[in-house]
Amino acid sequence: MKDMGEGYTTPDGRRIGPVLMELRNITLRFGGVVAIKDISFDIREGEIRAIIGPNGAGKSSMLNVISGFYVPTEGEVWFRGEKRGPMRPYQVARLGIARTFQNIALFDGMSVLDNIMTGRLTLMQSGLFSQALWWGKAAAEEDEHREKVEKIIDFLEIQNIRKTPVGRLPYGLKKRVELARALAAEPKILLLDEPMAGMNVEEKEDMCRFILDVNDEFGTTTVLIEHDMGVVMDLSDRVVVMDYGRKIGDGPPEEVRNNQDVIDAYLGVAHA
Amino acid sequence: MLEQLTYASEAALNGLMAGVMYSLVALGFVLIYKSSGVFNYAQGVMALFAALTLVGIQNGQVPFAHLINAVTGGHLESFGWQVPAVLAILLTIGVMVGMAIAIEKLVLKHLVNQAPIILFMATIGLAYFLEGFGDVMWGADIKTLDVGLPQGINETVESLTGAWFGYGFFIDNLDIVAAVVSVALVAALTVFSQYSKQGRALRAVADDHQAALSVGISLRFIWILVWSIAGFVALVAGIMWGSKSGVQFSLSLIALKALPVLMLGGFTSIPGAIVGGLIIGMGEKLFEFFIGPMIGGATENWFAYVLALIFLVFRPQGLFGERIIERV
Ligand SMILES: Nc1ncnc2c1ncn2[C@@H]1O[C@H](COP(=O)(O)OP(=O)(O)O)[C@@H](O)[C@H]1O
Ligand SMILES: [Mg+2]
Repeated sequence: MKDMGEGYTTPDGRRIGPVLMELRNITLRFGGVVAIKDISFDIREGEIRAIIGPNGAGKSSMLNVISGFYVPTEGEVWFRGEKRGPMRPYQVARLGIARTFQNIALFDGMSVLDNIMTGRLTLMQSGLFSQALWWGKAAAEEDEHREKVEKIIDFLEIQNIRKTPVGRLPYGLKKRVELARALAAEPKILLLDEPMAGMNVEEKEDMCRFILDVNDEFGTTTVLIEHDMGVVMDLSDRVVVMDYGRKIGDGPPEEVRNNQDVIDAYLGVAHA
Repeated sequence: MLEQLTYASEAALNGLMAGVMYSLVALGFVLIYKSSGVFNYAQGVMALFAALTLVGIQNGQVPFAHLINAVTGGHLESFGWQVPAVLAILLTIGVMVGMAIAIEKLVLKHLVNQAPIILFMATIGLAYFLEGFGDVMWGADIKTLDVGLPQGINETVESLTGAWFGYGFFIDNLDIVAAVVSVALVAALTVFSQYSKQGRALRAVADDHQAALSVGISLRFIWILVWSIAGFVALVAGIMWGSKSGVQFSLSLIALKALPVLMLGGFTSIPGAIVGGLIIGMGEKLFEFFIGPMIGGATENWFAYVLALIFLVFRPQGLFGERIIERV
């Protein structure tokens, strides 16, 4: 696989590693609608990779392909140098690919803490019977996970709501809890679908800071969807631009910004 | 007057005991409904099937004997051994888990993302299938179930109440055992659901399927788990009711008693199932005691439903059910 050995250091001193995931010629159709049309790109270890594009461009569909929620009609997903076979979403999650949803999918009836704890399910070892038989060991394991979760709670500054049922939280905090749950899985790739959508300016700034800090602190490879170009330009290392299911740009933000196709798409020549 | 009150207390106590049994059946419904949104019409038949299987294994009955004999012209009936109760119960649990796996593979798997009404109808089909299957497997005759649970009047209660009230209450030992077992079962289920990894996964699935998938939970595994637990609860209910009144078709009708309990307690609440069962059990005995004689008795057949309907008007979500707020 190309580029496996390479890597580089960003101007702000973060280490970007070799290619971690590669999408090859992905096409996704829903009946007559072509949501993704023959798109290829790669994701490098440690980078913040943005996918931008107008509404309906196919960004969420792409994220769903990566996370296994959609099965591409054509094309291949390569992860850590191996072609990924057909997989269900929960199996993809167990590979270490965590995600958030554009329309927030949390467990409303459960507390913030419990929600974040579910993020660690993939990392919990003991099975059903060993839990029943060696209760003490299971309890110790639970404590260990709990500790990690508390760290994430501190990191995202949500200590004061840890016992609150998620259903009662305002929108902005829900988005933050969803990020926390995804982080709890200590993911190899973190997929964020419009983490800043619908937030006020202050919340947006917070979210930006968290995404950057997470990447900085843990080196988490992050794929970020946004449709607001401005935010992305500050955050990401490389950007894929989609429009009508096609890829119309791919590269560092400053390069993409000056791409004529991208400018046209964003000036909304044909979009409402 | 005082005498009246003493009798009423006895009726209330007996009602509570009966209520525990109702709760037990309702619990099976709640478990499945909560985690998969399916109203499992077959829960009652599952209790019957579990009890039949237990009796069959205990008595060393040859499964499908009738069918085998019809085909081969033989006279098979029994292996000629008796299986100890504990072992038979363990084997029956195994059968119920096998049934859960079969239900997931043969039915639920193919109905993913279907409307709840479709799943509900599938469980109606399942109920009739299981009823027939139970007959073919173990025979349709009435069987007695005896796993060694104590039966008959509890003398301690009788002598104590006799000393206090001058009238000894009649409380069946079996009812006391059922109450103790139910409390233990609910406690175990609560601990499991609150503190174990699978319990947390189960609650997650009950709450949001997409989100559950995204944190690596296999829905199919959870459904097998839930139906296994429901099968286990059905077995417990089957043992209690079967020990009390024999194992026969009417055992599956206990499900009808669970329905008003669910309306009262809410379809999604485990405590609701318990409290609902107790209220209905006690309510129907007291109603029969006080009002029954005035209106010609036999109120126990309908009282639970009327009570549930009244509840439905004032609290459609039940006592403990989650508030229903339409998403807009
Ligand atoms: N599950 C689905 N079924 C049918 N069409 C879908 C589905 N998901 C997405 N689409 C279609 O695919 C296209 C791209 O949608 P989406 O990926 O959500 O775009 P974006 O996230 O860029 O706004 C749209 O036309 C949308 O209607
Ligand atoms: Mg989208």
